[in-house]
Amino acid sequence: MPDLGKYAEAVLSSYAVSLVLLIILVALSWRRAVRIKSALREIEERQKKDG
Amino acid sequence: MIALLMRDIRLATRAGGGFGLGLAFFLIVVVLVPFGVGPQTELLARIAAGILWIGALLACLLSLDRIFALDFEDGSLDLLATAPVPMEAVAAIKALAHWLTTGLPLVLAAPVLGVLLSLPVQGYMPVILSLLLGTPALSMIGAFGAALTVGLRRGGLLLSLLVLPLYVPTLIFGAEMARRGVDGLDTTTPMLMLAGITCGTIALLPFAAAAVLRVNLR
Amino acid sequence: MSSIWVYANPKKFIDTTDRFLPALAVMSVSCLVVGLVWGFFFTPDDFRQGSTVKIIYLHVPAALMAINAWLMMLVASIIWIVRRHHVSARAARAAAPVGVVMTLIALATGALWGQPMWGTWWAWDPRLTSFLILFLFYLGYIALWEAIEDADTAADLTSILCLVGSVFALLSRYAVNFWNQGLHQGASLSLDKEENVADVFYFPLLVCIAGFVLLFIALVFLRTQTEIRARRMRALMARDRMEA
Repeated sequence: MPDLGKYAEAVLSSYAVSLVLLIILVALSWRRAVRIKSALREIEERQKKDG
Repeated sequence: MIALLMRDIRLATRAGGGFGLGLAFFLIVVVLVPFGVGPQTELLARIAAGILWIGALLACLLSLDRIFALDFEDGSLDLLATAPVPMEAVAAIKALAHWLTTGLPLVLAAPVLGVLLSLPVQGYMPVILSLLLGTPALSMIGAFGAALTVGLRRGGLLLSLLVLPLYVPTLIFGAEMARRGVDGLDTTTPMLMLAGITCGTIALLPFAAAAVLRVNLR
Repeated sequence: MSSIWVYANPKKFIDTTDRFLPALAVMSVSCLVVGLVWGFFFTPDDFRQGSTVKIIYLHVPAALMAINAWLMMLVASIIWIVRRHHVSARAARAAAPVGVVMTLIALATGALWGQPMWGTWWAWDPRLTSFLILFLFYLGYIALWEAIEDADTAADLTSILCLVGSVFALLSRYAVNFWNQGLHQGASLSLDKEENVADVFYFPLLVCIAGFVLLFIALVFLRTQTEIRARRMRALMARDRMEA
């Protein structure tokens, strides 16, 4: 751990805020991608069976 | 086109047309500000120009959704779309009607309300002039925003969210011109910029508004 | 590869991006890890700004991508208006939330950096103000997408809003400059070597920027795929209802 001196708070909180925001963005995008993908597959299978 | 303009003005000035609502709103904003910031004359004099601009902008915003909404609901917008008048002209005329019924009264009311805010004497001309130059841009930008949200049921709040960022340059130059006038400085540069923005929006935004209207009427 | 327009075919787009996505994800994460670790642990403190200079590795790339995301949306909107490729409209929609997060990161790290350096979280400085306005533009754009049900109408309206908004965003940038001269330093990156930040900070910064760019591309690919699939799903469901 490098010595951040008196500015440790500012530096660490910027890194924390940024990483949390990025991770939330990636997680939400990922979750929606997986959900939509499986839902679409389900519908396509069903229509293939029917039609 | 003149007929359309006259019709819109008549509709707006008739009872229930919303004419005067904007003015009343403007008055109330200006009356409420001293309650909020305190009655000191020198403080009010310093912020008077800005308050007048903000008040005019909000009053303008309040009446935007009426530009197209009523005509859209009763189907007369569809008729206008098939009429021989181009859609661009319809959008421009609607914006002009909005300015004549909302913007112009606001400009005329501004000096009276300036007294309430103890606006310095040398500030009257720049404030009125800046509002006179700036409010047409507010109406035209607003007409574009109203055209964007015309098909939506709860478009009012969205309209504000879309239009407010577009108002930023007009507000900055308009308020800057008024402020410089109050301080007795040269107002030429912001005045030219403000006039430029107004001319630019009047020249270009009717096309955007018409394109948007066509999409919404599809 | 015949022409870029083959990727306007949704299926082709999904197939191709699927092939690139894993590599893109790995590359962007490794660039980010290398750049941030390098910047955080192995660069010296600045003689004036102390350790706060380490915030640059997040602040500058995020700010850069906040603007680039809007530019990408603008290009995608124009392509949609001119050539009416669905993928383009989906991509513009997919990029907007990424742009919002980048703007937020730039604003948040900027405030945290400004507090010790300028003694204030926020100042109405031209650059800060412009970013706040950009943030509002993003919000309006996304809200319009969310508000309209029909996908094609929404694509048309948002792309026109994006065009008009770009002009006004540019105007605001100059208006704000005129309105207030600020505290913010000039460009940290430029081809003019004199103005640049020192080399020790420059190289890890470049790696971080590469990481942010790759992350942006990967996210836009992933989110565009999702949008395409969601659109296809709605179409299939509509057909289901018609038959039933």
